[in-house]
Amino acid sequence: MTDILNLSRGKALGTTSRRDFLRATGLAAGGLTLGFALPAASRLALAAAPTDTTINAFLRIAADGTCTVVCGLSEMGQGVHTAIPMLIAEELDADWTRVKVEQAPVDKAYSNPIFGMQATGGSTSIRGHWEPMRKVGAAARAMLVSAAAETWKVPASECRTERGQVIHSSGKRLAYGKLAASAAKQPVPETVTLKDASKFTILGRNLRRLDTPPKVNGSAKYGIDVRLPGMLTAVMARLPVPGAKVVSFDATKAKAVPGVRQVLQIPSGVAVLADGYWAAKKGRDALEIQWDAGISGNLSSASVSAMLADGAARAGAVAHTVGDVAAVKPARTLEASYEAPYLSHTCMEPLNCTAWVHDGEAEIWSGTQSQGPSQGIVSQIAGVAPGKVKINTLYLGGGFGRRFAPDFTIDAAMLSKAAGVPVKLVYTREDDTRAWFYRPAGVTRFTAGLDAAGVAQSFTATVASPSIMESSGFMKIPPNGVDHFAVEGTEDHPYDFPNQRIDYSRVEPGVRVWFWRSVGHSQNIFFTESFVDEMAGAAGKDPFEYRRGLLSRQPRYRAALELAAERAGWGKPLPAGVHRGIAVGQSFGSYVAEVAEVSVAADGSIKVHRVVCAVDCGQVVNPDIVKRQMESAIIYGMTAALYGRITLKDGRVEQGNFDTYPMVRINEVPPIEVHIVASTEKPGGVGEPGLPPFAPAVANAIFAATGKRLRELPFDTSQLKRA
Amino acid sequence: MATINVNGRSMQVDASPDTPVLWVLRDELGMTGTKFGCGMALCGACTVHLDGAPVRSCSLPLSAAVGHRITTIEAMSGTPVGKAVQASWVAQDVPQCGYCQSGQIMSASALLARNRKPTDADIDQAMSGNICRCGTYNQIRAAIKQAAASLTGRA
Ligand code: FES
Ligand code: FES
Repeated sequence: MTDILNLSRGKALGTTSRRDFLRATGLAAGGLTLGFALPAASRLALAAAPTDTTINAFLRIAADGTCTVVCGLSEMGQGVHTAIPMLIAEELDADWTRVKVEQAPVDKAYSNPIFGMQATGGSTSIRGHWEPMRKVGAAARAMLVSAAAETWKVPASECRTERGQVIHSSGKRLAYGKLAASAAKQPVPETVTLKDASKFTILGRNLRRLDTPPKVNGSAKYGIDVRLPGMLTAVMARLPVPGAKVVSFDATKAKAVPGVRQVLQIPSGVAVLADGYWAAKKGRDALEIQWDAGISGNLSSASVSAMLADGAARAGAVAHTVGDVAAVKPARTLEASYEAPYLSHTCMEPLNCTAWVHDGEAEIWSGTQSQGPSQGIVSQIAGVAPGKVKINTLYLGGGFGRRFAPDFTIDAAMLSKAAGVPVKLVYTREDDTRAWFYRPAGVTRFTAGLDAAGVAQSFTATVASPSIMESSGFMKIPPNGVDHFAVEGTEDHPYDFPNQRIDYSRVEPGVRVWFWRSVGHSQNIFFTESFVDEMAGAAGKDPFEYRRGLLSRQPRYRAALELAAERAGWGKPLPAGVHRGIAVGQSFGSYVAEVAEVSVAADGSIKVHRVVCAVDCGQVVNPDIVKRQMESAIIYGMTAALYGRITLKDGRVEQGNFDTYPMVRINEVPPIEVHIVASTEKPGGVGEPGLPPFAPAVANAIFAATGKRLRELPFDTSQLKRA
Repeated sequence: MATINVNGRSMQVDASPDTPVLWVLRDELGMTGTKFGCGMALCGACTVHLDGAPVRSCSLPLSAAVGHRITTIEAMSGTPVGKAVQASWVAQDVPQCGYCQSGQIMSASALLARNRKPTDADIDQAMSGNICRCGTYNQIRAAIKQAAASLTGRA
């Protein structure tokens, strides 16, 4: 499997690491060339709409004035199919009521400028496309103006635009629909001037999502909804232990299930192909397989924890230093270790992919976050040129990083190639939970050196966890030995401690790890913000005031912290038994602070009564979508904090369905208030940054309520039980 | 061959009697609005109405559906309650990824069909079988209340 995953290295992915991009400041300036050349695949798609005029790879205008934005990014709930059209429509001066969106095919024109490949993730969509997509709209607008000026034989400078029309100073008007054909023939402007934010009429408004109507009547099509003539559905018996091998299998009983057509072995297991899911699943369940568990057959959660604790006890590669921690002679020392488990992403739509490999070409239908890499991978499996691989992206029933992974695409393509028919591979919920792409488990050991008054003189952290970079198959740990994803959220914490050292100690228990909503921040901000709360306690300070005092050089953190505290009524009385906790974190260029109000019952159970969130994500495209993404990430983080845990026994995952891997439900969710810090900064990401501060805000509230410090996720409520 | 009634129409299906109605709808009848989430009656994504009551179609065998009326998301705009619920879902812009929303709307519609003024506790009771991994729960609650208000206003 590793070899297959490594197919994704090299050409198809480019060589620039995500880290380099994330670190770059001028994101938009560095990236995209405007895709005015129309990709071959779009040309095909356009044949279906003869009344539309193609202005460029991102925009078509129909004779009736409908503007169709062609979006290369995947819609997985984050609202990108509304936000990207808003960026183009703003500079185009489009009539928003006539803007539609359509999913793009795979093509270089749709490369994500931050990744250098067509892919959606890392909260990059708006950060990467804020300027390029506005330039697309502005260029199209200039071409429409030129076309009108030519028609009227007037200078373009005498024309302005408004809501889908070009208007001449004399009062004459022409609708975009009437101008589209001649606009497409105008030269593409070399440079465009973008609007000043004060002139925005679309950006910054709470416009409704364009994808809502099909999502309330069952007509929205997800990957799992694809149906092709002659298609078989595959359900697989997948490797139960990382690195396991099939010794032998007996398919007699599987083949006896009515509707089962083929049984095929591929590197990741044995697949039963049938007329529909139910027969394929029954056939899969009837397979008799002898597995060789290999070296991971003894792996257990206890052995993983021991390896991580051991790693955290050793000095690692230095990720960040300030001053000299060794020179500090503290009056006393505060020490603590924190731990977080492996987690599954658990998208609501179980993973699936439909592939049709035939006659020198290949076609994929999938809810994928990574069209670019998928094209390269499938071309190698199918043995065809990348240009012969078509990727049809459908709606994603959740992504969270998981649909960036290649496993379902690889397996579907292999199965179609071997079966000679279109194959839809569907993971059962249990297969999805046990597919070995997990948020890393980790242990971090902190030490704070304090003076007699409790003021921190030094701060050290050793982060022990596996490397996502190495696991991903398309990045390598740089020569300094630090996987940025492993330490993010701790190495770049904002506090002004005079001496600091943060190390990375790589520990590889043998379980593949992957990008999970907010990546390293998901556990590191829990660890760091909990320990900082412990430091506040040691200094005898209020947790909010303590943080605030250490953020004098971090105005954006501080403003978010202050806004959350103010809106939450920090310091004001609460109902009996309810206590507050606060935490702050920056990820993906956005600064988020959260205050949680929590009570703990006598049986130890935790109730979250209210969450107040403040976010500074720079300039905002759509405030409602920002607020919903914060809320979504908070609830995703709530499931992780209360329940999330993938555990191993004899190398096997103990969780399977929602009974053993539970999710937060409607009756557990508190009111969540989100406040946006007014900002003129560059846009930050919004899909992920709401998640990290939630768990520490709750842990800090639990401490306030009970005096017990929970240093492990998910929270062990048995420790809170009162006798 | 079995005959089942889906959205008011009699349909002939050629599936084994143990096939869950979910897969009859999706694979046999091509009605993909009803979603697969867990296959074990744990998530609510596959919710349909059986004689008006919400059921998890992933755990309802074809044999048990014969002789009953099945209603799916595809037919909800044809009922006053379904229409009101869909309208409030649009007004609140509830869906994110949207994958759970067919099931959410089926559960909410069944609730409002029997209770026009649901309390928060009623909503918790009726909706806690439906998981939303995107966390749209607070919007779902608001949309149910809005639909309830529009239905009682009309009554
Ligand atoms: S798929 Fe039926 S309840 Fe989850
Ligand atoms: S909207 Fe995505 S699971 Fe509910």
